[in-house]
Amino acid sequence: MIPTASQTIGPYWHLIDDPSGYDLTRFGAEGDIITLSGRITDGADAPVSDAAIELFQAAPARSAIFPGFGRAACDAAGQFRFITLKPSPLPGPAGARGNTPQAPHCGLAILARGLLKPLFTRLYFPDEPLNATDPILALIEPPARRATLIAQAIGPDHYHLDIALQGAAETVFLEF
Amino acid sequence: MCPNATPPTPPTPPIAFDPLAPGTQPPYFEPSYRSTILRSPRHAPITIPPTLTETTGPNFTPDRFPPVIDMTQHHGGTALGERIIVTGQVRDEAGRPVPHTMIEIWQANAAGRYDHAHDQHDAPLDPHFHGHGRVFTDQDGNYRVVTIKPGAYPWGNHANAWRPNHIHFSLFGAGFAARLITQMYFPGDPLLALDPIFLATPDPAARARLIAGFDLAVTEPNHALGYRFDITLRGRAATPMEGGA
Repeated sequence: MIPTASQTIGPYWHLIDDPSGYDLTRFGAEGDIITLSGRITDGADAPVSDAAIELFQAAPARSAIFPGFGRAACDAAGQFRFITLKPSPLPGPAGARGNTPQAPHCGLAILARGLLKPLFTRLYFPDEPLNATDPILALIEPPARRATLIAQAIGPDHYHLDIALQGAAETVFLEF
Repeated sequence: MCPNATPPTPPTPPIAFDPLAPGTQPPYFEPSYRSTILRSPRHAPITIPPTLTETTGPNFTPDRFPPVIDMTQHHGGTALGERIIVTGQVRDEAGRPVPHTMIEIWQANAAGRYDHAHDQHDAPLDPHFHGHGRVFTDQDGNYRVVTIKPGAYPWGNHANAWRPNHIHFSLFGAGFAARLITQMYFPGDPLLALDPIFLATPDPAARARLIAGFDLAVTEPNHALGYRFDITLRGRAATPMEGGA
């Protein structure tokens, strides 16, 4: 069967009625708690103030107290924030690359007016030795664009990633 | 429990994702929908093989995410408008039902106004309609929600632009790569032929699947009209999904 066509989330989404969704530790998860923040801009370098951004992570393992999923609303400046647990490495994709481990990362989906389907990307962490051999980062050409997925450490346990939907610093987006 | 001590997740049977058939999804850049012009990337997305990040997903449960199955009841009163029942089945690419999956729903009220701070349309709010539902599919992948038919409303995309009547649906399926947000439309709406968002999907059959069917079998006598809207998510589950409600 053919998957249903995507349509835009539009500007009036109600999905954030529960604003606590940005905090993946709200059900009591404990561990290496980190803050992830960022800012989304468009091709005119204007903030994308109406976007929803969703975070998915497969590690640490999901549980009754750790959903592995969060959702945040961008503010008037296009800024978002998550609180979560630092991801651990993951097995790589099966196949030719032979399960080369993936560096710690989170999946991100951006949903907004003007996006007829989600924009998928990833957030990686600076100073992770596995970044150099990560099998997904390795697919990005030219290599200089890989840096658009790597967050900066801006404080204790606080990482920041700016996301450009378009323009000179355009973020690398992914499809599956 | 100490989730951070969890070792890397062992490999699980991956959800397989078929390539999307050409024309069955909208593009990022569709200049007739003006907001795409500055928000669509200029580089093509990088195609990656699905990994655990893409093939697994959250397991939403009704205890954490309470259902709202009747959107017509809000703040101690009944919403104005034409009461409708929307039902359908959620299945995967192999046609298998997707049981116990969460569906989030939102829409304008009968006058075409969202109960949302950013909606400036000069149409009345309804104190008894917030426009937010949440339902879970049953063991056979079926869902059902009671709401009112949303009104059409103007938008600034072009001169005299109006959105067709529509209801927004959000689903997660078995993994991040199955994430779907879509809109359900109503049969016979003359605005569909004029709507850049609806028309952005090139394949007419794919567009037609976004239009609910009127269903007399779903319609309840003396109560509400019934519509059927089935949804197909990406992916083929290797095994029936665990957990559920």
